[in-house]
Formats: sequence, structure tokens, C-alpha cells
Amino acid sequence: MTWVPSTAAERDAMLSVIGVQTIDDLFASVPAELRAKSWALPAGISEMAVRARLEKWAARNAGGVTSFLGGGAYDHFIPAAVDALTSRSEFYTAYTPYQPECSQGTLQSIYEYQSAICRLTGLDYANASLYDGGTAVFEATTMAVRLTRRTRIVCHASLNPIYRSMLETHVANLDLELVDGESPEGAACVIVQNPGFLGDIEDFTALAERCHEEGALLVMSFYPISLGLLKTPGEIGVDIAIAEGQCLGVPLNFGGPWLGIMATRKEHVRKMPGRIAAATEDAQGRRGFVLTLQAREQHIRREKAMSNICSNEALCALRALVYLTLLGKEGLRDVARHCHSKAEYLKKRLSFAQILNHGPTFNEFAVRLPRNAEEAADALVSRGFLAGLPLASLGAGEPNDLLIAVTERRTREELDAFAHALEEVCN
Amino acid sequence: MQLSYEKSVPGRRAIALDPLDVPEAVLPAALCRKEPAALPELGELDVVRHFTRLSKLNFGIDSHFYPLGSCTMKYNPKLAEAVAALSGFAHLHPHLSTSPAFWKHCQGAFELIHETEQWLAEIAGMKDVTLQPIAGAHGELTGTLLMAAYHRDRGSKKDTILIPDSAHGTNPASAAIAGFKVLEIPSHEDGTLRLDSVKAAMNDSVAGIMMTCPNTHGLFEPAVAEIADLMHANDALVYYDGANLNAIMGIARPGDLGFDVMHYNLHKTFATPHGMGGPGSGPVGVGERLAPYLPGPRVVKGEDGFELRNLEKSIGRVAAFFGNFMMAVRAYAYMSHLGKDGLRQASENAVLNANYIFAQLKHVYEPAFDLPFMHECVFTAVPQAKKGVRALDIAKALLDRGFHAPTVYFPLTVKESLMIEPTETESRETMDEFCDAMLEIAEAVDSDPESLREAPKTMPVGRLDEVRAARQLNCAC
Amino acid sequence: MFPKDMKFTKDHEWVREEDGVYTVGITAFAAEQLGDITYVELPEVGAEMEQGDSAASVESVKAASDVYAPVGGRVCDINHDLESAPELVNQDPYEQGWFFRLEGVRPAQLKTLLDADAYEKYVGEQEH
Repeated sequence: MTWVPSTAAERDAMLSVIGVQTIDDLFASVPAELRAKSWALPAGISEMAVRARLEKWAARNAGGVTSFLGGGAYDHFIPAAVDALTSRSEFYTAYTPYQPECSQGTLQSIYEYQSAICRLTGLDYANASLYDGGTAVFEATTMAVRLTRRTRIVCHASLNPIYRSMLETHVANLDLELVDGESPEGAACVIVQNPGFLGDIEDFTALAERCHEEGALLVMSFYPISLGLLKTPGEIGVDIAIAEGQCLGVPLNFGGPWLGIMATRKEHVRKMPGRIAAATEDAQGRRGFVLTLQAREQHIRREKAMSNICSNEALCALRALVYLTLLGKEGLRDVARHCHSKAEYLKKRLSFAQILNHGPTFNEFAVRLPRNAEEAADALVSRGFLAGLPLASLGAGEPNDLLIAVTERRTREELDAFAHALEEVCN
Repeated sequence: MQLSYEKSVPGRRAIALDPLDVPEAVLPAALCRKEPAALPELGELDVVRHFTRLSKLNFGIDSHFYPLGSCTMKYNPKLAEAVAALSGFAHLHPHLSTSPAFWKHCQGAFELIHETEQWLAEIAGMKDVTLQPIAGAHGELTGTLLMAAYHRDRGSKKDTILIPDSAHGTNPASAAIAGFKVLEIPSHEDGTLRLDSVKAAMNDSVAGIMMTCPNTHGLFEPAVAEIADLMHANDALVYYDGANLNAIMGIARPGDLGFDVMHYNLHKTFATPHGMGGPGSGPVGVGERLAPYLPGPRVVKGEDGFELRNLEKSIGRVAAFFGNFMMAVRAYAYMSHLGKDGLRQASENAVLNANYIFAQLKHVYEPAFDLPFMHECVFTAVPQAKKGVRALDIAKALLDRGFHAPTVYFPLTVKESLMIEPTETESRETMDEFCDAMLEIAEAVDSDPESLREAPKTMPVGRLDEVRAARQLNCAC
Repeated sequence: MFPKDMKFTKDHEWVREEDGVYTVGITAFAAEQLGDITYVELPEVGAEMEQGDSAASVESVKAASDVYAPVGGRVCDINHDLESAPELVNQDPYEQGWFFRLEGVRPAQLKTLLDADAYEKYVGEQEH
């Protein structure tokens, strides 16, 4: 079982070119007393056997169910062309484009991706990607600290509680003060999410103004699909917009890889972490693209770098770009319109439950069921539905509270059947 | 090549949804954007041709030899891509792990996580592994946060991490972002880290050291065990940067060498694709000292199958769920196919191949060090630079000859460095062709240096004006 | 080689006094080492600096470096021209390429700095 092409004869020939007898001679610099004390691994198995094992495991996961599960990751439709194009090995087997002349495909795609994110958010600059929506909160936080030289971080109640706890883990050893609320006084930034974790759409324009009066920044985690309809971070006055980009053509992948999006205003770009591509020219005046502002990054700036990020999620960013390019200007608005309208339709069908949102929502809302939400969700899996996220499991609600998400994939029949089934298991 | 935005035709569409089958709901105008996002308007074939043509401007492993030192650009098996496309993994919602009510519906994913962690632990001699860190640098950050938690738990104020000058830039950056002070330790001129240099920097404020072994000079660190002992005697910890693990699988294990914590690069050692810069995956392994602090939740074997648990002293979540799960699926396929013998053969052949290239080039290019190289060899192009041809010119000349360039100008400790890592998956013919190209370039340094300074000439663009790019900062249209 | 009417630091800053105002920049040697400068980040007017504080930063394509206050004082002026034309630092480091001006400086601090000859000698050692 090997992907090594050399034959024994070739290896012998290579050893004689090197001038040693055996392969072990090449490891002479590893002293005997430092050799592996154990190597208790199974023997290799064939490609056929590997596939059989993994197919078995894959089959033991929920499949063929109609999903209303969201909470930061969404079951949107992915056009076939996204997989077809991003599975080209010229993309997925390429390295970071440090040699721009043989990486123009990568670099132009990053430039087009950055352009798409700027057009989506109404902001001036986007980076080439971060890891995911949760780590993007941490990156935005340290960026705000660099820009303001302040140490207080204010987390708004709308923020995904998982992002909140990830932020706490990442800043545990830094001299930062993490507080809950929305007062920008003396703060580096206020971090909000729109729509909020429970689905509420809020207009944070006034908060942005208050932040700027107080010398603080407004950081907003947004839901990219919602920007098919909603006011942009640029229009709101956001300084650093971040997002989980999974909804843009990236499969759910049981949590990763996903896509961290970050965009900002012109005046903050030099403090933005991550790779950035820029247009330029060669000596003959031909347009080309390079990575730029690299002097901010870890491979040059080391301990003074804006971030430690090196690998990012380039292939997921390409998926997002192909997805947005296929949907186009009207297509994205259509997807958003369908998500919103179908969620509103479902809301009206759930009269047996209490809707917990008081204002407008986009495609996700919270309900209080007449029954324990975990039990109801459990009972619904056998009927073919993932009912949503029981909020108590994240400490984000009461035992009967359920967070329900609706995407463009859900048909009216599915919505009707789900409303009916949910009502039945609650009775 | 034109941008997609330049090809846009108003009104053209690629994707159409079914007509809306519920009443249209309308949001208050005050909450809505004024104009739709100006995304390209193209037909599906327009989009397909655009990205297909873009892809052809790239070098990838499937099309080109990619001897990038320190990056381990080995073949990415198609098997791994096939299993990662399985719907039961790719379309699995991670919130199934959030509520115990759903756990029975993701047992296959939990088993894969558990098994992958076990394999990785045995490969490196670690007690436990977490798959949460999303990339190598995120693994470093997680590892240094674990070190911080350990010292905090003991009431210690140790705040400094020692890092050799040959380390990857991510090491000092990660330690600094975790809140540590960084003290750089100079390498000895033979390319290794000497115990004396570490001793000279040792004091009560030292929380630990981050090492790469073999180091970024391609050399096994002879004092590695003594340095670990020195740290432990001072209640400091030893971090292993797994960037070069591909040199020693089955030969030596970081845990046996005395390391307390490490990260693995699934996208290097375990053949998951680099994807133009990501996604990678940076699982973290820990020994006894740091095991109580691992991020959570963790997949554990319970009485009724796999379940999630949080450790009492856990540092919390570093990822929302289980990190880049799909990279673990690929790495598992890779490891289980190779097995105990195949993994060791991978390392043996990686070292064989690097030494084979070194043997052919060492008489023409100046080796940066005299000690035996392992999985990569490092040269200095200072002699060529004196004749007016720099490492960068050699790199660009290789592109014209159909090879990706080696890593140049890293490590920072070697002037005009050329760092070559062929990996085990390359054939002898490919390496011979590469060496021939390197030798031909070396001749051209004397016979026709101008042609090298003008390279590349066969690529879609020539050398690009990076100063103009940074000054104009045209990063979106 | 280096102007005689200014003092220098080992971090390659220069400082020149005129009527109690101290102008600061980086030396031609530093600018050459960095290569084509693409960006200069300047302090805010009114900022108080201690001697040795990080006061500005300078970036080229391949490097980034902090610029330290050679003497303590209050920033009274910054060179806005560098925002749009950072290349002035390469072209004319001692005149048009200045970074910022300080007032309220204790002249005694200048005594800790190098004169042109000492700096030239120092640079000579660096190059070997």
C-alpha cells in the first residue's frame, strides 16, 4: 500500500548515486536512543477496503432528511457547476500563490472574490479569506484593538454564542476585557450580528454612529445570503464586516472546511489580517495579480505580524466566488427572497407554538414549543425532518425553545408537512 | 485575461429558481439595501469557460513537480477526494453534535473523528489529539494557549517563549497572538540549535520553547532531548512544529523525544490538498502535562456509542465544531491505506528523494550546511548572486522549464536560500529532469545570465510590479 | 556621506534641530535596505513620545520596520506628503522624506545619539 512510485531497483540505484548502502544510512543523524518507542498501527488496507469502511461510516449519519437546522450553517442549494469547476486539480492541488507568474488563475480568482465581497458588503477592501465565521470574530477583535489601541471588547447579545465562547478561548491570555452589552464607551469595538443568532434583523445604523462618536469601531458578523435583500454593512456604517461564508456554495461538511469572510473600510485596510491580492502590471504592461501588503504577515513580520494566519480557506473562497458568479446580481436576490418568504410562510403555519421574535426576521426564527424541544426534534428525525436547533443545548434558550431555519430548498409541500408533523409530536 | 465583471451582460442569467410557491413576503424598506449587489451577469457556459481558463493559468501538483521546501507538496490521492464527496459526510450538519438528542444520527462522523485522533496520537507518540485547530498556525495558537493554561493553572507567571531564528514566521506570530513574549534563539552556524544557546536564554520567565525537528534547515536536531530535559527541569514546556513530520514517521516520534504539545499539518504530511493556500488542518497532540486542558467538546466512546464531553480544565472551543472535519476524512483515508508500513515508507522515500536531488546538485550549488539533510536540502545561491543571478532569478527560470520553484528566501538564516523538498511521491525521472534543469540554469549563470534575469518568458505574465501593487492597492473592482 | 547637521540612532533614524523643533526621518542607508517604500504610518499630532518609543512604521514589499523616537517629545507636525508619495523616503530621505517633528524635547537626550562620523562607522560595521 503506497503512493511511492520507485521500485526496489530504482531505490538501490538512487542510494548508490547518494553513496550509501541502505535507506537507514540516511537516518544516521537520528540517534538510536531517540528512535520510535512504539509504532502500533494497523496494516494498510486497499483503496477498495478504505472506501467500504468510509461508506459505512458515512451511512451511519443522518441522510435523506429535510433540514430546518441552521444556527450559523445552512442547507442551501449548490449548483452542479460549483463542484465541477472547483474540483479541477489546477485549483485544488496548487499551493499558495507565492510565485505569481504560475498562479494567475489563483490570484485573479482571489481578486474577483475580493471584488464580489466588496460589492456584497458595500465596503472597500476584503481579504482572501479567514478560517471561518467564528475565528473571524477573534481576528476582527485583534484588528480593532490594533486600530484603536483600546482593550475593551463589547459583545452584543445578537452574537452567536459559539462565536462568543471561541472568542473567550482565544483571548484568554491577552490583556483584554470582554464585556456583554452595547455601550461603545471606551471600547475598541462593539461586536454585533445581523441577523442575530435568534434570527432578528436589526438596524445598527444608530449604534454605528454612537460607536464612531466614542472612538470605537463597529464589528458586524453578517449572513452573506441575507445581503441579497438586507441593508449592507457599508450602508450601516460598519467598520469591520465578518461572516461565515459556508452558505455561499460550501457544503455543511460537519463543520469544516468553511469560509471566514472579512471586509473593511479603506482607512483600516493596513491593519486587516490575511492575504490580499492586488492588480498590477508586468514590464510589458500586461495586467496581472500578486499578493500584496505581505509585510504585515507572519512570514515577514513574525511576532509583530497582524495575525498568525498562514493557510486560509482559498478553495472555499473559490467556491463562494463561483457560486456568486453563477447566481449573479438577480440570482442572489432571488435566493434571499425565497428564503425569507418561505420562512414567513412557515412561521404562520406554526400557530400552536409561540414565536419568540418580536421584530422582523430573515430566514430563521425561534419558537417556544408546547413540548421539550430536544424530545420533539428527536421524534421528528424518524419522520424525516431535522426540526431545528434546541436552544437550551447551547444555553441560548429555555428547554422548549427551538431555532428553525428555512432555505430556498424547502418547498411549500415540505413546509406544510413539517408544520403538521411538528404539531403532531407536540400534542 | 478579462475579469468576470468585464464580461458581464445586463440581464444574462445562469441559475434560475422555481417560481416562488408561497406568498412573497416583503421586508420594510428601511432594512433593505438600496441596490442589488453588482455581481456578474453571465450564462452558465460563460462561467464554466471563465473558470476553466483561469485554472489553466495555474501550476498544480497534478500537472507539475512542486519541490517547495517546507511545504511537503506530495501527491493528493484521488481516493481521498472520493470519500470526502460522500454525502453522509459532506452534507452533514454539525449542529447534530450540539444536542444529545441528535448524537445517534452522527455516529459515523464521531467514529471517524475518534479513529483519526487515535492514529495521529500513535504516529507522534502523543497521549491525546484534538482535530479542532483549522490550520497549522491555528494549531500553534491552540498549542500555545494550552501552554498558557498549564502555567496559569499552576499559578506561574512565565510569559516568554523561546523560538529559534530558523523557525517558520507562524511560530513567533502564534506565540505573540496567544499573549507571550518571544525571544529568538540564534542557530549555530552548522544549522542546528545548540543546548548552550538555549541555556543562555533560560530563566524563570521562560514558559517553553517551540522547535521544528527536523528543523527548517532540513537537519535533525541533535540536542533535542537535552533541550526538552532542560525545559522540564525548569517547569517549562516543549512545543513541536509538525511541519516536517514527513521526515520521521515510523523513525522517531515527538512524544518520545520529549515534546509536550505539537501540531500536525494534515495538508503536508497526510496528503490533503493545499487548495491554493487552504483549507488545511492543524490537529494538536498533547502529552500527559497538557492533556487536561484540551479544547472541547471531545468525542469519547460511551456505553451507547460515541458521545461528547468537555474536560473540566478545558481551554474551551477553538473551532465552532470539529475543525476542518473533511480534511480529517481525507487524512484518515490516506493513513488507513498506507498503514504502519506505508507511512514509514513514505518518510523513508521522502528522505531518499531529497538526498538523491542533493547528491546531483551539491557540486554545482553550494550546500547551506555540512550535516546530512533529511527530507529537504537547502542551498545558498550566494555564489550565483555574486555573478548577478539571484535565488529569485533561478526560481523564475525554473518556471520556464516546467517546474514550480523551490522555496526561496526562507529560512531567513540562509542568504539567497533555495530549499528543495521533493517528497516521496515523485519518480526518479521527474527528479532527474528537475536536476538537469537546475544544472542547465547553473551553466547559464555564466553563459547567459541576462536570460535568467528576464525569466519567466513562457508564463501568462512576466515578473509583476509588486511595488506598484502595494502603492496603488487596487484590490477589488 | 551622512549630513553633518543631524544626529543618528543605531536604528537608523535621523533627527535635526531647528529653532527648538526636532525633525525626524530615516537614513538613506535604512531606506536602501528596505527597498522601494510603499507605505509610511505616522503618529498622531499631539502624541507624547518617550525616547525609544515606537513612533511610526515603514513598509516596503519585502519588509516592515518600526521607526522609534530618537528623542522624547510631543509630535507637533507630520509629513502628510508621505501618505500619497511614500517614495519620497527613498528619493530624498533628509528633506522631503522627513517623517514627523517633535517639540518639548530635552536637548540633553541628543547627547546619547551618534554624530555623522560615528553613524557612518556603525553602518560600515553593519555591512560586513
